[in-house]
Amino acid sequence: MKLEKMRELLQNYDGPDLHLMEVCGSHTAAISKNGIRGMLSPKIHLISGPGCPVCVTPTAYVDKLAVLALTPNTCVVTFGDMLRVPGSRYSLSEVQGMGGRAVMVYSPMDILTLAQKEPDTTFVFAAVGFETTTPVYALLLEEVIEKKIENMKLLTALKTMPGVIGYLCENGASMQGFLAPGHVAAVTGSKIFQPLAEKYQIPFAVSGFEGEEILRALCGLVENREKGEVFNYYPSVVSEEGNTKAQKLVRKYFTKSDAAWRGMGIIPKTGMKLRAEYEKYDAGSLYLNEDNKRNKACCCEKILMGKMQPKECPLFGTICRPLTPQGACMVSTEGSCHSAYISM
Amino acid sequence: MEERITMVHGSGGAATSELIDAIFAKEFASDTLDKMEDSAVVEGAGRIAVTTDSFVVTPVTFPGGDIGRLCICGTVNDLLMRGAKPKYITCGFILQEGLEVSKLKEIVHSMAECAKEAGVEIVAGDTKVVSGNGELFINTAGVGFVPKDREVSAERVCVTDTVIVSGNLGDHHAAILGTRMGIANHIQSDNAPLGEIVDALFQAQIDVHAMRDITRGGLATVLKELAKASHTTIELEEEKLPVTPQVKDFCGLLGLDPLYMGNEGKLVAIVPASQAEEAVLAIKSAKYGQDACIAGYVTDKEPGKLYLKTRIGGLRNLEVLQGEGLPRIC
Repeated sequence: MKLEKMRELLQNYDGPDLHLMEVCGSHTAAISKNGIRGMLSPKIHLISGPGCPVCVTPTAYVDKLAVLALTPNTCVVTFGDMLRVPGSRYSLSEVQGMGGRAVMVYSPMDILTLAQKEPDTTFVFAAVGFETTTPVYALLLEEVIEKKIENMKLLTALKTMPGVIGYLCENGASMQGFLAPGHVAAVTGSKIFQPLAEKYQIPFAVSGFEGEEILRALCGLVENREKGEVFNYYPSVVSEEGNTKAQKLVRKYFTKSDAAWRGMGIIPKTGMKLRAEYEKYDAGSLYLNEDNKRNKACCCEKILMGKMQPKECPLFGTICRPLTPQGACMVSTEGSCHSAYISM
Repeated sequence: MEERITMVHGSGGAATSELIDAIFAKEFASDTLDKMEDSAVVEGAGRIAVTTDSFVVTPVTFPGGDIGRLCICGTVNDLLMRGAKPKYITCGFILQEGLEVSKLKEIVHSMAECAKEAGVEIVAGDTKVVSGNGELFINTAGVGFVPKDREVSAERVCVTDTVIVSGNLGDHHAAILGTRMGIANHIQSDNAPLGEIVDALFQAQIDVHAMRDITRGGLATVLKELAKASHTTIELEEEKLPVTPQVKDFCGLLGLDPLYMGNEGKLVAIVPASQAEEAVLAIKSAKYGQDACIAGYVTDKEPGKLYLKTRIGGLRNLEVLQGEGLPRIC
């Protein structure tokens, strides 16, 4: 479909109200980056879902990172966003100011150099992420084992997509379609969404991350509304089966587990944990389920479930801003509140 | 063995003198500096532009430049953006113990070369040594003379003006980040003095309303601040923004946005629409200006707002950079 045609279709849509959820944080960011909300008919509502990995991490996990950063001879290694996520009292960057040791890297593999340089320090990687990122942690473990590095551990809070989408559908998030995450589907295969599409009789459109690709997938959702099928609009990257090599590697080191989601509690079988035989690489990830908001008025959980728009939260834009985030959704550029704030 | 900086180089005694003579005085030699007085006495002017800046970039050498070249570029460019002709620079070196003397020589040499290129004289300096890991910081002050008839300031930006950028966005930021992360690429820092570009604009009789060099925070941050200061709306067009394919790919890989990435040798100029084409030609004719283009327009839609018309036809509101961005790129 030509760009002009897609714009017309989305702008002039006049059927029943459609609530379409983009589950992936990268889609949330791309939608605001491309100014897509303003291009849609008032009857199409884009709702941001729980697909930003730092946004769904419970406070107990952040608190544990803070304790580790303050432990002598220990250094927390993390992606940048995680540094500013508020725990129940402190964020990692606040802990840095208190003498805690946490460093930011762009690739988990950077931890190898750090660990080899300082053999007396234990380096703990804050391993958060969805199906897309988990294979990288598996690769990291391969290297660590091969190189016999003994001073590297993972603190895991790994999540999986389909289970949480099912949870949303069961718990009152009334959606008429999902923009399915392209990167996750590249690993898992598009078929992973098929049971959900069939069960809830709604379309799933697997999409890339360029503006035009997102428009294409949204048009697909509008045209195929009420069809319980998966539509793959990202065939250059996503196959039905996915990356079986990555899947095998993940299975070697990780096994399915229940997972705690910020604001949503424990959802069965929506996480991954290290297999028992690799437990020595775990920095204490189990039972980090507590979730104590720093600010009681924060509405992150409703926003993550698509039940509330960021702008409806009483803290949005006043107390809660990107420089003073009260909840995790305001931290990452992929968070729905952050996205809403920068496109105000 | 590699000669390194030690605390004694900062003593103020003989070792300091040796260091100054062997490296700084040699490279920065001039009538003013050779006097080695407590302060430089120089010729003045009616209207003086003054600026100061500190350079803490890591790593100190990077593809396309080093902290020495960078500190001259950063300082003269700040003076140029007010229409001043850069004249004098002072520099304070804070050296960390363990710094290789050969590295210091290299950096000081590149500083001297860049000062020559930019037409400024280094007239005063200071050296201190602190404990650390062999890095160095440089603090500068810059003085420039502003010709009588030149008035370049945010206050002059007005509705119907045109926004021109002097070249590709994000090169310096990507070069530094690529080096730090060990990502193999061919991206070079664009650190450069912008004197030729500014001269070309004034020689072509362009009535430049405002100019800013695009440094930390990137084009979006610079223009959002200009929009606010001038109570106008600035509308950029995504299709027109110049970004090299290499930087674009690099950004794609890391989820970065060239609009928020710093340069060290690019400027944005706000000029009357009637002179926009002519201004682009003038910049293109100057060294470091060959990729200049029109990037957007000043309107009166909503005072203080900066918008981007996206490639697919959407409208995106742009704020200043939120959070840290990339630390220590300059």
